[in-house]
Amino acid sequence: MTDLSSNITLVILVTSLATYLSRFLGVVSSENIDVKSKIFRWFNCIAYSTLAALIARIVVFPTGILVDAEILIRFLVILLSVAVFFATKKNLVYPTILSGILLTVLNSLY
Amino acid sequence: MINLKYFFKGFKLIKGMDSPALALGASFLAIGALLKDIGFNVQQSFFSTFFTYALPGQLVMAESFFVGASLINIFVAVWLVNVRLYPMSVSLIPLLKDKSQPRWKYYLSCHFLAVSSWLIMKNRYQSIDQKYRIDFWIGIGIGTWGTAIFSTLVGYFLSDYLNKDMMIGLAIVNPVYFTCMMIGAIKNRSIGLSVLLGAILGPLFFLVSPEWSILYGGLLAGTLAFFLGGKDDRPV
Repeated sequence: MTDLSSNITLVILVTSLATYLSRFLGVVSSENIDVKSKIFRWFNCIAYSTLAALIARIVVFPTGILVDAEILIRFLVILLSVAVFFATKKNLVYPTILSGILLTVLNSLY
Repeated sequence: MINLKYFFKGFKLIKGMDSPALALGASFLAIGALLKDIGFNVQQSFFSTFFTYALPGQLVMAESFFVGASLINIFVAVWLVNVRLYPMSVSLIPLLKDKSQPRWKYYLSCHFLAVSSWLIMKNRYQSIDQKYRIDFWIGIGIGTWGTAIFSTLVGYFLSDYLNKDMMIGLAIVNPVYFTCMMIGAIKNRSIGLSVLLGAILGPLFFLVSPEWSILYGGLLAGTLAFFLGGKDDRPV
């Protein structure tokens, strides 16, 4: 048990270091970057595209429990939620609540 | 040291109609329940969110731990899935810079960098006095980070009451929140292209290399968008 527990502590530590590393290096790199420069705009594009890549990957090829929901159902829920987002003048609360309930219900039906 | 007026102005964004609280709450609730399932105790679950505070990274950690991956493997897998934080940091911190502010604030508060806080700050920085943007950011950060930690604990204690369909429902809330918020954040052509190309190339590159897909897909999509977007002086 001690082994497992110290192992978990190490796992948490390693995960946190691997995560903070990117945040920290980002601040270091920011020291000499001007917001009007081209390199800043390039990084801005990369930040948005990396985010989009990650979110799309989570929806199309989920790693966690989402695997157990059909891909068509996942797409349907995302599309409906985006529609609600625009229909409610960009309110974020309605689509997020709707999505959770909708997927729970649809998944228990199929 | 920290301007409290701006701090609380940022902190208060955790409630309201574009609040990230629900999305953060749902996803970290799921993380708390998951961590309990794989054998973490309540302190370990607390510290996981306290020190890591990055959803995909914690998911990868949980899965790697579950299959007994080595520490090196966990480090690389987590670094790769969280590498987005680097360009996110570089594209945000310069906007918060002010010569009168001490550097430690930037190095400490970068820990609060997450998709939700980043998108909120990107949407609002222009309306905040340059000098106090970092204090406003720290307020947003404490609010979102605190919500995540609290929800992890709630999820840990609720885990026995959550069935599988509910867990699946919780898991979609975050991608939906991010999708909506990102579409809402598109302010110019190059950002629009970045989002569109990233969403296509991310899953496409996954077919070639699951681990490197986000890094390669994001890098290529962002670079293409930067060149195709042309000159567009609207804010970033």
